Amino acid sequence: MSEMIANLSLGFGVALSFQNIALCFVGCLVGTLIGVLPGVGPIATIAILLPITFGLDPTGALIMLAGIYYGAQYGGSTTAILVNIPGEATAVVTTLDGHQMAKQGRAGVALGTAALGSFFAGCVATVVIAALGAPLTKLALLFGPAEYFSLMVMGLCFAVVLARGSILKAFCMIMLGLLLSTVGTDLETGQERMTFGFPPLADGIDFAVMAMGVFGFAEVLRNLESPESRDVVRTKIGRLLPNWADIKQSIKPVLRGTVIGGTLGILPGNGAVLGPFASYTVEKKLAKDPSRFGKGAIEGVAGPESANNAGAQTAFIPLLTLGIPPNAVMALMVGAMTIHGIIPGPQVMTRNPDLFWGMIASMWLGNLMLLIINLPLIGLWVKLLQVPYRLMFPAILIFCCIGIYSVNNQPVDVAFTALFGLFGYILIKLGFEPAPMLLGFVLGRLMEEKLRQALIISRGSFYTFIDYEARPISLVLLIVAVAVLVIALLPSIAKKRDEVFTE
Amino acid sequence: MKKLTLGLAAAITLALSGAAQAQAYPTRPVTMIVPFAAGGPTDIIARIVGEHMSKTLGQQIVVENVAGAGGTTGIARAMTSAPDGYTIAMGHLGTLSAAPSLYPGLKYDPIAGVQHIGLAGGTPILIVARTDFPPKDLKEFVAYAKANVDKVNQAHSGVGSVAWTTCTLLKGQLGLEKMNAVAYRGSAPALNDLVAKQVDFMCDQIPSVFPQVQANTIKAYAIASAERSPALPDVPTTKEAGLPEFQIEAWNGIVAPKGLPADVTAKLVDALDKALKDPATQKRLLDIGTVIPSATDRTPAGFAALIKRDADTLGPILAAAPK
Repeated sequence: MSEMIANLSLGFGVALSFQNIALCFVGCLVGTLIGVLPGVGPIATIAILLPITFGLDPTGALIMLAGIYYGAQYGGSTTAILVNIPGEATAVVTTLDGHQMAKQGRAGVALGTAALGSFFAGCVATVVIAALGAPLTKLALLFGPAEYFSLMVMGLCFAVVLARGSILKAFCMIMLGLLLSTVGTDLETGQERMTFGFPPLADGIDFAVMAMGVFGFAEVLRNLESPESRDVVRTKIGRLLPNWADIKQSIKPVLRGTVIGGTLGILPGNGAVLGPFASYTVEKKLAKDPSRFGKGAIEGVAGPESANNAGAQTAFIPLLTLGIPPNAVMALMVGAMTIHGIIPGPQVMTRNPDLFWGMIASMWLGNLMLLIINLPLIGLWVKLLQVPYRLMFPAILIFCCIGIYSVNNQPVDVAFTALFGLFGYILIKLGFEPAPMLLGFVLGRLMEEKLRQALIISRGSFYTFIDYEARPISLVLLIVAVAVLVIALLPSIAKKRDEVFTE
Repeated sequence: MKKLTLGLAAAITLALSGAAQAQAYPTRPVTMIVPFAAGGPTDIIARIVGEHMSKTLGQQIVVENVAGAGGTTGIARAMTSAPDGYTIAMGHLGTLSAAPSLYPGLKYDPIAGVQHIGLAGGTPILIVARTDFPPKDLKEFVAYAKANVDKVNQAHSGVGSVAWTTCTLLKGQLGLEKMNAVAYRGSAPALNDLVAKQVDFMCDQIPSVFPQVQANTIKAYAIASAERSPALPDVPTTKEAGLPEFQIEAWNGIVAPKGLPADVTAKLVDALDKALKDPATQKRLLDIGTVIPSATDRTPAGFAALIKRDADTLGPILAAAPK
């Protein structure tokens, strides 16, 4: 304990230097801005800003780059709530209730709840990293391919619960998402699948392309069709900050979301994307009246937003303690460290204690700064809703296109986004929801990869997933998955039975 | 006759303007396409070398990451752009030597169809294993792998990756083609599962594995280079450890589109040479385990010969490898 305090005081000593405070602020501000711009993600931004950091000392550079990353997670909820566009996979869930709240004139409350929830989650996660970072690394190493596959199965069962309407339609959308995720080069054999010999498809469909299409472009098309629904959002503004009743309603979801998101964030291979989905499922299941979800329930914003931010922070654990990046943004941070002459690895903590603890301390500062940056901005964001839509939609489209292009520097991606936009519009017309499809898409690729890895290692034996001696975690996760599915399906079965009885 | 004069005049004007442009080269930033995501070994070498080259050229070298199809998308884009010296690319063992045997519809010929600038860095390959894998040294490893070919699991970072290519060569030399290969999306997740003891061994580049070897989270059997690495002085070479035929190094080198004016080529070759002679740049490359190329390898001809040599070594084995 005294060691931790000594370490943290070293960390704050580093983070509180004038230069590092300034860099942390710049990082958080840039992060918030790119989070708000639909499509421009932290990966492209960090890659672009990397050369600018060459002149800085490594700790300051990494403090700034880290600020961009978690700042973007903060800002990403803004577009999800205001214009129904998730900038990141982790913000998909926020669109469900967040945008509904905006339509009811509660955009300010939704934004405020997201900011406060994220702040709380970020602070808790930072303490967890400082106190338990090293021991928690073991958790990342407990998850082999089999455990990971079972976790993904559990995640897909959650997706069914996400459905606002028909479970059958949600199920179809998950399957479609899974199918779309198999487009591209087969990982094991190098064969191209469902690419029709078209080279841009060789690496599969990009998440950003699909999300901007089915959410961003499709939403624009729908709004242009019925201008009156936009006017509802424009005329109702309401309160800017959550009141005591809102906060009381959010406390428990925030606490639960922090635990769920923080735990999943430690896992390698983008486990953090599951956090918000899992949190949303839990809140919907625990709610007294689950039917409020999807219609602007504040818990549906508070829980997932906290989970999202907690996961964004704990994702630093495998990077800092193991030197192995758990996702693409962290891989870029590894590159940044290397370019600055710091070799990421298990020894960073002992070799570069000022960097390690300085970064952790700066994350706490960063969370505070994000709150200070974001709360006053809420008024401004909400005013944006009053901009006439004929001025707003071209801006949204242009930013989406810039963002999409910046992901891979491929012009074809922009064309694909337009196609997905049309597809998304058709889905809306037919009453299918895009969120389960996106979840299926995100999880599908991981799931296939992990399934095949697990089966290759086990020489084709499916027993590996339920081997309670060697892989108890996998078994437990599968049991939870079945339980979630049964609970989700029971009400509809019960209803059907009632119908039978009334006849 | 009139037409001929006009044509001649046009040709002379073109040649003159071409010369004028070349004299001024570079007048604007030069784009260096890195065919992988930012943060990987190729990207890091490109940024370190590019930073010093910018000083010599007097114009910034801007790294543009164009990932896709094992890096061939980015190289193809650079090689089909105008040969004016404003678009160059950082290729590697995979995209320049292995790709012709792996991608039948490749849009560039890395030996005769490009202008080579020079080798930027060599990256030694190590054979690494989980800490509790039974064999203690390379000889035991070879014997164990041959005796347990149906039990051992090899990890790699995807078909066409350096980890896959080099280990396919190793397995081809030892007659272990049937061994289980577990594919991962990139080096980091494969390494994660090796540290977590989910898989048995892999071949990978020194920058990603040496911090783990130093921390004893994985163990190294041998380095597939002619000399030991200063980053891991205790790890023997394959020659010392009894497998001299397994000699392969991953490398990165700069290529430009075919038809680059000779003086532009000379300027780029000179800038690369100056960067690799600079002690600060050398130190940054050495710190991540990169080998500074010899004076011959960093010339266009030396680099072209290296690409051809490795293509000849890998070609037959990659063509025969089970995919």
